[in-house]
Amino acid sequence: MVQTAENNNPVITITNLCKAFGKNRVLDNFSITLDQKENVVVLGRSGSGKSVLIKCIIGLLAPDSGSINVLGEEILTMDHDTLDKMRVRIGFLFQSNALYDSMTVRQNLEFPMRRHWIEISQKEAEDRVKEVLENVGLAHTIDMMPSELSGGMQKRIALARTLILKPDIILYDEPTAGLDPVTGKEISNLIKQVRETYNTSSIIISHDMKCVKATADRIGVLINGQCYAQGSYADLAASNDKNVNQFFE
Amino acid sequence: MEIPKAGKVFLTEAGALSRFTGWFFHEAFRPRYEWREFIRQCFMIGFKSLPLVALTGFIMGLVLTMQLRPTLVDYGVEARIPAMVALSIVREIGPVITALIFAGKIGSGIGAELGSMRVTEQIDAMEVSGTNPYKYLVVTRVAAATVMLPLLVIMSDAISLYGGYLGVNISAITSFDLYITQVFDTLHFSDLLPAFIKTFFFGFAVGLVGCYKGYNSSKGTEGVGRSANSAVVLSSLAVFIIDLLAVQITDILGIN
Repeated sequence: MVQTAENNNPVITITNLCKAFGKNRVLDNFSITLDQKENVVVLGRSGSGKSVLIKCIIGLLAPDSGSINVLGEEILTMDHDTLDKMRVRIGFLFQSNALYDSMTVRQNLEFPMRRHWIEISQKEAEDRVKEVLENVGLAHTIDMMPSELSGGMQKRIALARTLILKPDIILYDEPTAGLDPVTGKEISNLIKQVRETYNTSSIIISHDMKCVKATADRIGVLINGQCYAQGSYADLAASNDKNVNQFFE
Repeated sequence: MEIPKAGKVFLTEAGALSRFTGWFFHEAFRPRYEWREFIRQCFMIGFKSLPLVALTGFIMGLVLTMQLRPTLVDYGVEARIPAMVALSIVREIGPVITALIFAGKIGSGIGAELGSMRVTEQIDAMEVSGTNPYKYLVVTRVAAATVMLPLLVIMSDAISLYGGYLGVNISAITSFDLYITQVFDTLHFSDLLPAFIKTFFFGFAVGLVGCYKGYNSSKGTEGVGRSANSAVVLSSLAVFIIDLLAVQITDILGIN
């Protein structure tokens, strides 16, 4: 069952993406699009290549073949400097949060601004840090170390760090992994809230069905390296295809 | 002829380390330069190693003098203790022992830190944040280790010599002026220079091996532990190999 989404204005177009590790072909002619202000969830079993997909989009992994067009530009042929500039427009929320443990929350948030040579004054940088922290509800943690925060708080700070550059696109890698159901729900709500506040488009990698249901406008099911099926949560939940249905049982 | 598996592993590792070293020189001399991080690493690697290096240096000088004394008394050359201590410490024991202490503290620290950053995706996050993680993490640490170890060795040598002075005075009374005069009368430029130069290579090896092991860490927390451990073992081994080569080179050049 393959449905084609109505792509009025795609911000990401992935075409026939292939990536293998040795003999293991994790992505095998994978294609999907992401429209403006849309949340697309890529659903798949553990080890199916979901994280590999978004790491290819951000340029952390080089695919073997295929095309990744982001905001009208081809990622795979970009030189390193152009890719760095593009990365300002793409946020990435890591599964493990990837907060720098030797830095305070403030320094974690300032780091991408300093590194991307964003031309803003110290005062503006300070204001932006406070703004994103308020948006994730953790303004009081500004001078704390990541080790002093709970898993859910670290996830929020990681999201704040992603938002600090005001990206057009956010890639979420298992945003609710390792969190209790209540915190997971809070993070899912935050993902929806971020889209409204920052007008972002997102690809969310997940197999947490509560998160999928809460955040997805459209779902792409990744099976055997291909986008096996696409559709809304309701469409796919009603599917008779056992490969799709297994995720919704 | 088929290469044995252990040989293949060794060659693969040697090839990877050589590539990593080449990458260091490629990145080290290209802008953008990470001066702020370099200074921070000098502080972390150099300044924070001072107490440990000072303590071991002091004990080294003291123990060496106390161990030498009975033998030299037997031969009736007790008066040569300051000269022997000075030569031993400045030419060999000071640089090598300090480098081994440095490998234990800094090599394992770098291996564990970078290994932990690798497995928790912090290195990937850095790359996504527009930072060349190799330049930011590896080049700064290797450069800081290369610069700071010689300074630590100079300090360690000085404290060792003071420890030696105290060691001399346990059994006899010698003035500090006489002790220091004997030390400097014994030491020549050809004793100091090769010993000083090789410490740069020791520092470089310790920093590079620590970074290599940490940067290429994998397999979760187990991998981090293994990186830290193998960083110490390999960098300690590298110190001895460099020392051996340094002795051969100074011998060939006739500056012994």
